[in-house]
Amino acid sequence: MTESFRIAGRGRLSSRTARFSFDGKPYAGLSGDTLASALLANGVHLVGRSFKYHRPRGILSAGAEEPNALVSVERDAARKTPNVRATVQELYEGLSASSQNRWPSLAFDVGEVNDVVSPMFSAGFYYKTFMWPKAAWKSLYEPVIRSAAGLGVAPDLPDPDHYAARYAHCEVLVLGGGAAGIAAALAAAETGVRVVICDEQAELGGAMRYEAGAAIDGQDGWAWAQASVAKLAAMDNVTILPRTTAFGYYAQNFVGLAERVTEHLADPKGLPRERLWQVRARRVILATGAIERHMVFADNDRPGVMLASAARTYLNHYGVAVGRNVGVYTANDSAYAAALDLKKAGVGIAAIVDLRDNPAGPLVDEARSLGIDIHHGRGVVGVGGKLRVSSMTVQPKGGGAARTIPVDALLVSSGWTPSVHLFSQSRGKVVFDDATKRFLPGNYAQDCVSVGACNGTDSLSATLDQAWAAGAKAAKEAGGSVARGTKPKVESGENFSGGVLGAGPGAGADKTVKAFVDFQNDVTAKDIRLAVREGMRSIEHVKRFTTNGMATDQGKTSNMHGLAIAAETLGKDIPEVGLTTFRAPYTPVTFGTIVNHGRGPLFDPTRRTATHDWAQKHGAVFEDVGQWKRAWYFPKAGEDMHAAVNRECRTVRETAGLFDASTLGKIEVVGPDAAKFMELLYTNPWEKLEPGRCRYGIMLREDGFIYDDGVVGRLAPDRFHVTTTTGGAARVMNHMEDYLQTEFPQLNVWLTSVSEQWAVIAVQGPNSRKIIEPLVEDIDLSDEAMPHMSVREGKICGVPTRLFRMSFTGDRGFEVNVPADYGQAVWEALWAEGQKHGACAYGTEAMHVLRAEKGYIIVGQDTDGTVTPNDAGLDWAIGKKKTDFVGIRGLTRPDLVAPGRKQLVGLKTKDPKTVLEEGAQIVANPRQPIPMTMIGHVTSSYWSENCGRSIALALLAGGRERMGETLFVPMPEGPIEVEICSPVFFDEKGGRLNG
Amino acid sequence: MAKAAKIATAARSPIFAGREFSADGAKIAVLAPSHRLALRAPEKSLAALSKALGLKLPASPKSSVTKGSRSALWLGPDEWLVIDDGGKDPLEDCARVKVLHSAVGVSHRNVGLSVTGPRAAETLNAGCPQDLSLAAFPVGACSRTILGKAEIVLLRNAEDSFRVECWRSFSDYVLAFLTDAATDAA
Repeated sequence: MTESFRIAGRGRLSSRTARFSFDGKPYAGLSGDTLASALLANGVHLVGRSFKYHRPRGILSAGAEEPNALVSVERDAARKTPNVRATVQELYEGLSASSQNRWPSLAFDVGEVNDVVSPMFSAGFYYKTFMWPKAAWKSLYEPVIRSAAGLGVAPDLPDPDHYAARYAHCEVLVLGGGAAGIAAALAAAETGVRVVICDEQAELGGAMRYEAGAAIDGQDGWAWAQASVAKLAAMDNVTILPRTTAFGYYAQNFVGLAERVTEHLADPKGLPRERLWQVRARRVILATGAIERHMVFADNDRPGVMLASAARTYLNHYGVAVGRNVGVYTANDSAYAAALDLKKAGVGIAAIVDLRDNPAGPLVDEARSLGIDIHHGRGVVGVGGKLRVSSMTVQPKGGGAARTIPVDALLVSSGWTPSVHLFSQSRGKVVFDDATKRFLPGNYAQDCVSVGACNGTDSLSATLDQAWAAGAKAAKEAGGSVARGTKPKVESGENFSGGVLGAGPGAGADKTVKAFVDFQNDVTAKDIRLAVREGMRSIEHVKRFTTNGMATDQGKTSNMHGLAIAAETLGKDIPEVGLTTFRAPYTPVTFGTIVNHGRGPLFDPTRRTATHDWAQKHGAVFEDVGQWKRAWYFPKAGEDMHAAVNRECRTVRETAGLFDASTLGKIEVVGPDAAKFMELLYTNPWEKLEPGRCRYGIMLREDGFIYDDGVVGRLAPDRFHVTTTTGGAARVMNHMEDYLQTEFPQLNVWLTSVSEQWAVIAVQGPNSRKIIEPLVEDIDLSDEAMPHMSVREGKICGVPTRLFRMSFTGDRGFEVNVPADYGQAVWEALWAEGQKHGACAYGTEAMHVLRAEKGYIIVGQDTDGTVTPNDAGLDWAIGKKKTDFVGIRGLTRPDLVAPGRKQLVGLKTKDPKTVLEEGAQIVANPRQPIPMTMIGHVTSSYWSENCGRSIALALLAGGRERMGETLFVPMPEGPIEVEICSPVFFDEKGGRLNG
Repeated sequence: MAKAAKIATAARSPIFAGREFSADGAKIAVLAPSHRLALRAPEKSLAALSKALGLKLPASPKSSVTKGSRSALWLGPDEWLVIDDGGKDPLEDCARVKVLHSAVGVSHRNVGLSVTGPRAAETLNAGCPQDLSLAAFPVGACSRTILGKAEIVLLRNAEDSFRVECWRSFSDYVLAFLTDAATDAA
């Protein structure tokens, strides 16, 4: 198909053809086109259907603010991107795009019925239409709304692209690469400081893309921009980021940029699709420009209705005429410039309709001199055509005879809205300028400055003066030298005045027409008035009730109109009604960009111990414990988990087992006040613990509840080796450091994490000593020399060890600490010795069962942050003579000493084969009506091979007073009868610790 | 107790020893084991400790002192990481020092990696938020910081060469992250 709307000799694109398809139909465009400009070159305006009413929609803009032209771009089965703005998507050879929100076809869409029955979908319809009958919500309304809602189809395969990230620092960050941004960057860069400048377009230049009247330093505006960019690119201290959107402005000049690296390439060649830049800048220069607004009139959403500056961009940059007989409807001078450019390019201008009574100025004069009809003091009150505008109906503002003028495109402009989004995100406060009816940057909250159109500066020469000064000042404040370069000289520029906010003639409060304010969310002027009538007073409420400005375009073209209509209906001034808050992101950012490198294995660190490979080779099944992979159990051929765990539990008690306990947190507490510090952090007494001995310690929070526990060995008078739970390692270290620095800074003691310095191999069971003995030198392992709960330093397998005699199984046991790189070899040596005694390797599941048989708690499983030492039966671990430790006052709180608290008990099911479910509730009477009074819950429950029955631990109200009582655990299949017993199920006297 | 002579000495298995990755402009390598000391001490002890360690412990933030095969990295007002690549354990050097201090051996806790080449800084900046320009992070600068979701200690030992120290079990992640980042930075 030929590009019938491309005008020879116009535009700046190369002549290289790029073929593409839209809705399956092949087209040709030029390299450098956007999808929108290429479609327009082929005469295609209709590109989509609207969100709510499924109305045909065209291309409104030529930039990031586009609310209508949202399409799906498909590279392959996995790379389908919905809601791509055709005005932003650059054309590449083979691009395949399709329209959205239509079925069966774009031109004939069944969903269009929504437009006919639109009274059902008035503003706030969610809250009203679907209220009755109540039952219908779940079965009917919600499913239907869910399937109808949304725009575009999400891809259903994993994203095969990769994404990248970069932190960057600079002295001056310039957001926006129009004439203002370029001038600011030039001034700053000349001083030698680091400058980063980004722009969302493929090439920097901003409004120079269409402003044919600009001339700077003897060149036209666009040529000056490109020459200046080339100059910047040659400087080592400048980073230029095109195709990069500044989407978020965070605290302390931290700005998020999304760079689209390969979206414009036919072949991405292994490059990341997008790159997230997180930039910290000493000074930020906001040169974000302004966005043109549409006119609000009946059926203003017809394809072919387009912003005047967009039509001008398509002509002057892309060489595309948006029609052959173009109408213009404006209240602002800038549309005249578009009409003049088109006229000069040979495009017919049907008429300019100007809402103003007496438009004047050189542009108006020139239009008149070129013979263009100007209808002033009139408005467009309607349009003809459905899939494409075919005429405009013009009527005097005050009413009167209407006249229909045929057009094939209608350019609109109601003025320009400064882009204060990023300024507002920086927490700066905007102020309303009544003379020009626009919000402008007021008080700044961060080290930034606005220049050019976003600052309300209208003329090009004032803009460049301001931008150059701002760039030089920012650089100087950030440590740069004095700017050496020469300020760009503006020979001519464009300067527009005029503009109007709100609904125009024919779309007033007395009309029921659809005059769109927000195209993307299908919000009309009528909807906003309805919201006010229904009681919404704040613009924030109006926004949410109507959804005006809540679409992905964030109301870039609609907010000011919506605000003006609300203010008018309320009878208030615009500043009184206020502006809604601007939030990041400025334009949509992909999840891929946010996540960047953090996919797959890099989503979160996976931590493995020194014996991981050995365990894997020996068939271990692993479980995730935080970031750690821990061996869960070691099934032999033919064993299921149950069989393996039963065997492991039996073997440990019969002979011995090896267990990797390396993930336990370990903290070395060193200094002359180490014991004093330990006294303050733990409930137990430590001063009198002799070097070489260990103690089970409990740590509380201030509120008196158990925070962590672990065995602590005293290596020397001034040195403790503290162990913590696996999950508690980092937070216990932080907790200790917090108290040391803020509460006890007078103590001479330091904390060092040694969790990863030591691999820990637990050797547990009656034969444990026999297994380690042949490998240990210079440590006497006899019960007399090294009793239960002692620690020695020496050597095992010729390498240093901290050898603990301790037990988490209730049987004789040791924990062998060796420097981590030796962990694997020492494990293998112990394994070889263990084989002589029939020992096994056991995993975390058997470890859990074995400790439960002894009633040893696991913090976080048998406690939940509301359990005191007394509740857990651990009163013995509180130093009775101690006068201070963290949590000592918490423990005396009335509710912590009141009777009836939940206490740790054991449960035996009446049927020994029944294993309770962890988390199940306990009741006294299972026949009571629901909801039952729950008096406790199961915290741990296992089949115990060693006990030959099921065992469980529970927290039960007044539990220790209930020994021997029968209670019930209600389950869906019926209540389970349980007997309350001691939490120690195995070897109650504890003789096996030395057995 | 067994006789020392009869016991086979356990072999050391450093994690990812010798692992390397090269991209255009950046090379990642896992370094051989080093001796490491986590040293904590008040200011008044620094002279004695410096003497024992054979180098002057740095006193200003983000700085390090290297002498021969030994470096001392300032991590906090009373905290240093001492790394010795020459086989001499700084923990032993501190053993006889009587002044107030805490010396804890962490040789096996950390794994060292090198990131070298003209794109080394960009590679690190994929996950490290620090300003790694030569002005802000000159040769010899060091910092305890982050790389993606892992804590690292970063030392610049030449204009285009960095040493990354991370905990042993994070080295898998850090190596994979740097590999991914180097590919993009190239």
